[in-house]
Amino acid sequence: MKLNSPLQVYKYLPQINCAECGDATCMAFAAHLIDRSKKLEDCPPLLKDEYKKKYMELQTLLAPEIREIMIGVGESAKKIGGDDVMFRHQLTFFNPTAFAYDVGDTMQESELVERVNKIQNFKKFYVGKFLKVNMVAVRCVSGDALKFAGTVKKVSETTKLPLVLCSFDPAALKAALEVVKDRNPLIYAATEKNWGDVAELALNYKVPVVLFSPDLDKLKSLAATFHEMGIKDLVLDPGTYPQGKQLKETFERFVKLRRAGIKEGQKDIAYPIMSVPLSAWLIYKDAVTASYWETVLASVFIVRYSDIMILHSLEPYAMLPEVHLRDTIYTDPRTPVKVAPGVNEVGSPTKDSPVIVTTNFALTYYTVESDLSSNKINCYLAAVDTDGIGVEAAVAGGQLTAAKIKDTFQKANFDFKDKTAHGTLILPGLAARLQGDVEDATGLRILIGPPDSGRIPGWMEKNWPPKPK
Amino acid sequence: MTKKIKLSELGNLFGGLDIQALEGVKIEGDVELDLGQMGLNPQVSYALGHEFAQIAFHLMNVSRILGYPVEQMLGSAAPPKRLSKLIESKFSVSRMEEWKTPIQEVVLGATSSDGGSRKSTVTLGGENALPYYFDSPMPHRNHVTMDVFDMPINMAKAVKSNYEDVINSPAEWAKKVVRDFGADMVTIHLISTDPNIKDTSPAQAAKTVEEVLQAVDVPIVIGGSGNPEKDPAVLEKAAEAAAGERCLLASASLNLDYARIAEAAKKYNHVVLSWTQLEINAQKELNRKLMKQCGVARENIVMDPTTAALGYGLDYAYTNMERIRLAGLTGDAELSFPMSSGTTNAWGAREAWMVSSPLKEDSDWGPREYRGPIWEIITGLALSLAGNDLFMMMHPGAVHVLKEITQTLYGSKETEPVNIDNWVSAVV
Repeated sequence: MKLNSPLQVYKYLPQINCAECGDATCMAFAAHLIDRSKKLEDCPPLLKDEYKKKYMELQTLLAPEIREIMIGVGESAKKIGGDDVMFRHQLTFFNPTAFAYDVGDTMQESELVERVNKIQNFKKFYVGKFLKVNMVAVRCVSGDALKFAGTVKKVSETTKLPLVLCSFDPAALKAALEVVKDRNPLIYAATEKNWGDVAELALNYKVPVVLFSPDLDKLKSLAATFHEMGIKDLVLDPGTYPQGKQLKETFERFVKLRRAGIKEGQKDIAYPIMSVPLSAWLIYKDAVTASYWETVLASVFIVRYSDIMILHSLEPYAMLPEVHLRDTIYTDPRTPVKVAPGVNEVGSPTKDSPVIVTTNFALTYYTVESDLSSNKINCYLAAVDTDGIGVEAAVAGGQLTAAKIKDTFQKANFDFKDKTAHGTLILPGLAARLQGDVEDATGLRILIGPPDSGRIPGWMEKNWPPKPK
Repeated sequence: MTKKIKLSELGNLFGGLDIQALEGVKIEGDVELDLGQMGLNPQVSYALGHEFAQIAFHLMNVSRILGYPVEQMLGSAAPPKRLSKLIESKFSVSRMEEWKTPIQEVVLGATSSDGGSRKSTVTLGGENALPYYFDSPMPHRNHVTMDVFDMPINMAKAVKSNYEDVINSPAEWAKKVVRDFGADMVTIHLISTDPNIKDTSPAQAAKTVEEVLQAVDVPIVIGGSGNPEKDPAVLEKAAEAAAGERCLLASASLNLDYARIAEAAKKYNHVVLSWTQLEINAQKELNRKLMKQCGVARENIVMDPTTAALGYGLDYAYTNMERIRLAGLTGDAELSFPMSSGTTNAWGAREAWMVSSPLKEDSDWGPREYRGPIWEIITGLALSLAGNDLFMMMHPGAVHVLKEITQTLYGSKETEPVNIDNWVSAVV
């Protein structure tokens, strides 16, 4: 964005401190506009006619450097692009890389439906939410426009996920667009050869379009030409070569494009970038090797600036690291990953239920909590304030101590005599060395749980209820 | 192709504007029209035709001066335009001028001509840019040092199956990783010295180091047990036994007597691994202390800012390393050192070793044999992009793939060109 201080933004605001946006002052609201945690539309007065001019100016001045583009419709629609920085610590990255998994129009229908379902049903629990994948890319393998359109139809009936329609043949794209024109699909791709016809499609159907060329001069030409024609929702594919010097050059193109867009403000190429890690399958036929290499390519481009990517492997060993790495890179570094300290109920605990200790590091806490609830273990779970540090490091660093544990229960008014019939506390396996200290500090009976909460169910079978002394 | 708009139709073009506001406004003096600066949206100019462009231009400037968002109004009014030729364009982008300070070069290992017995050495650092960037080629590729332990330890099944035949002999273990798995270096972890494990004496630990040095001719890393009370004594003795070999002593940290480790490195010609826990300021502090207080030369420092596994804090580890490297490149002399990652930590992630997800809601995790190695690869790969130079690793398959991708991005992998133009219709 063109403004970088709240004061600059403040000049354009009504400056009446009406607090309708939820902030006490316009200056506070300005700060939230700068860090992109609030939108202009959160300020009702600004939407009135008298401020229309300022509103419009702000809209331009606050627009992210990389254009934001919407693909799909409704709840599963996905925004891509919208970044303002080169490195995540400078602000945060917005709109996590969209993962589009491919299907081909030569697949049998049952196979096709099964694959689409696998894509849309994939989920992996992580820190209180599920990581998922986002789109289906339909490839025209047959070269037959009708067949392609038929496959697109079947896919669109099977899923609400946004679609990417892939063919270099404008006739095939047109046939497919006719079927899903209400779904705002992304069309792939305009090239040096077919651009005139593909531009026509983008204009007529008002859909976002990918421009493909590994030659950055040509890619920029395509972008400038489409922009000139009034097509603004563009995605750039600078080509993803799967190996050797070509791959090194691919990496360099991604860095160059993003640097030109963000650091140098070159508006004419400041669009989201697409990578195609699927190209790993062009060089490796063995499924494990190809899946591994595809995951490697995906990882390189998740880190360096791909806003959307086309993937093939649905192997869990490919998808799990991919969704986790994307989460790693796009997690907002400004938000501490802590939960509120305290003693929480999991399920409906009784006097015979166990009392378990963990830390307030969100990852640890949610992992333990989900392991317990998913296995229907009713219990009390204490989140000790370790400044958001995990168990092992907190024991080593002195953030998880007997005194802190005692303090957590006291502050929560949790009286073991009142709440439990057993007077027993379970420490994490990785905090075993605190056993004596905690016993002394609390006078409770201390049991040592497993080092990984995934093993609590097995541990419970052997150790709970505690044997009488 | 496009119909020309008549002057009378200009009103329609401005139909969306609240023209009333124009009444009663007097523009006094000359209204300066700066053609160069204001310019006329080519879309508009095209739509209007040349003969009307000038008039439109005046009108729009007047409107602009009065604060009307002319371009926005016109954007929707102008009919889409067709072009018959691509607009010629040249792409260019600058190099990063603010990256002025190179990262310190550090040589590990010493050959006979330098007072050691290694056949080869490993050079880390020397970068003038982020890894693999076009701004400046990386002078040295990434390297991998593989873990060897001085006693059998618990390992994930997928890792253990590679080492069962050598698990009782650090020397054989070291030979195997160099001979069979392509290790550039070997790390001997003296974990049995921990008083809570076997309390092996420093003298005994030093003997193990000698055995490893005799078994392989690559540079080595000497690791303690992580016990802050015992490690200084162990590393001192080991450093003495390996005198002149330029080993990497792992590690000096703020929670132990780092001065003793620094002293041992100086006395016996080794390199210090400066280890902090995910805290850039602590890293600065320790590096400063090693240099200023202990007198360790710049060419004898490597940093380990801590590696957290993918899904278990890698976001911190990644950004911490990236910030450290950017600080180094932009002139922070207390952070411009090569970095090392304990990539093996990836195996602590439950996704790497658990048979299946403990959560019923999760999609199937598939076979763990394939999950573990890739967890190690991706953890390492992410950090290589953040600037990490040396990787401490465990699984042979993971080492192989990590080397393949880092050396490809480094530029040393030659392959036949691949045609990707038809990936859309490829059968995969």
